[in-house]
Amino acid sequence: MSDVASEVIAVIAKKKRVDKPNVELSDRLDDLGLESLNAVEMIFDLEEKFNIEIPYNANTNNPSTEFGTVGDVVKAIQQLVDKKS
Amino acid sequence: MSDVNRVVVTGLGAVTPLGHTAATYWANLKQGVNGIGPIKLAATPEELTQKVAAEVKDFDPLKHFEERQLSTLDRVSQFAVVAAREAIAQAAITFDMPLSLRTATIIGTGVGGQTTLDESFRRIYLEKKSRVFPLTIPKLMVNAPASQISVFCGLRGASFAVASACASATHAIGLAFHMLHSGAVDCAVTGGAEACITFGTLRGWEAMRVMAPDTCRPFSIDRKGLVLGEGAAMLVLEPLERARARGAQILGEIVGFGMSADAADLTAPDQGGMTRAMEGALADGKLAVQNIQYINAHGTGTAANDATETQARHRVFGAHAGKLAVSSTKSMVGHALGAAGALEMVATLLAVREAIVPPTIGYLGPDPACDLDYVPNEARALTIGAALSNSFAFGGLNAVLAVKKFS
Repeated sequence: MSDVASEVIAVIAKKKRVDKPNVELSDRLDDLGLESLNAVEMIFDLEEKFNIEIPYNANTNNPSTEFGTVGDVVKAIQQLVDKKS
Repeated sequence: MSDVNRVVVTGLGAVTPLGHTAATYWANLKQGVNGIGPIKLAATPEELTQKVAAEVKDFDPLKHFEERQLSTLDRVSQFAVVAAREAIAQAAITFDMPLSLRTATIIGTGVGGQTTLDESFRRIYLEKKSRVFPLTIPKLMVNAPASQISVFCGLRGASFAVASACASATHAIGLAFHMLHSGAVDCAVTGGAEACITFGTLRGWEAMRVMAPDTCRPFSIDRKGLVLGEGAAMLVLEPLERARARGAQILGEIVGFGMSADAADLTAPDQGGMTRAMEGALADGKLAVQNIQYINAHGTGTAANDATETQARHRVFGAHAGKLAVSSTKSMVGHALGAAGALEMVATLLAVREAIVPPTIGYLGPDPACDLDYVPNEARALTIGAALSNSFAFGGLNAVLAVKKFS
């Protein structure tokens, strides 16, 4: 697993709103209680950790096309980190 | 209904993104004018991600106050006093003794003197100044608008601020209504004021990820969130008997007030809390659901609020829900937080009085989750016997006022 993936998982593990021992790439954000407004603290922590800006609007984020799973978040963060460097 | 303890409205005032008087505000609401535009008030707006807000435009405090008075008046208190003076002038009432002692000043505000707070933080943290202006504290306190109205207008009865975020003004007006209804006071100046379009406040709202980048489209497909607004609106309330005795013009009647708390999530809207507040207002006003023809919705334009509010309306009104006209004037003046309920109460009272429903502008088409009649884009003539004005705040605090056509 990449560094980005393990760091994203660490953030999500801290912010998830359900009891689940391990966070995996295939986990759905809504199953972790991190949909809509509940995701904003996670987004903030990720922006701070990677010094990036993540475009996210709680009103228009569609879990089926955008941040659906933990893996989707990892992919998006990796792209933003790559773009920065 | 016996005339005892009936509460009527005899004066209205407003400072809004659509004009600096209640009359211009209402004329523009009926025309569907959009008060939302580029942010100019915040320091360094170019650094902000959020680009639009509904600002009160071309407000010159020196037209309303002497320069020496402005050292104690944050923008929020300026709005409050200007709107209160207008309402009192329209009511044509003089607060001599003993009426002054029996007149309440109950004013909603969500966040108080944000301009003063922002300026003093810039001085301290950015400019590294070692001191701030001497009247920083009394300018920014949340009760400043209530205190300043009492000072400028000579009102010596119960006076305080009500803070319940986006429901502040509705709670304030409801409380004033109940105080008049119970006979605790003989007159009230009540409403809400907010002036929150500052760099720091906007950063806070940006961080919540609920702001629309373009405009506010309540209940519409493709709505993208809320737009911040500002302003003030004030009402003069009196018992019917007193208003009649002095030959006052009666603009409308408040008949019911309902409140509830979600006791759940701080930010997620709750159908149960909304339902209980609407049912409370109907019961307080002895109104059946069929008596209501119009609802001025909370209608923030967020995905969650508008869908949840629609569900709550189905729950309260059943089959009658489909017959209601529902509109959100936030589509035109944005979300003025603690002032919103007062701006919307003025719109609701005038809609009932003139039999015209202001529209929900920016409406692009129906969202399956919002399946009621939202009076899209154009005002509509409608005889309204009774109406509700809804406010559902962050913190899960809900307040609903019921008004009736005065007869």
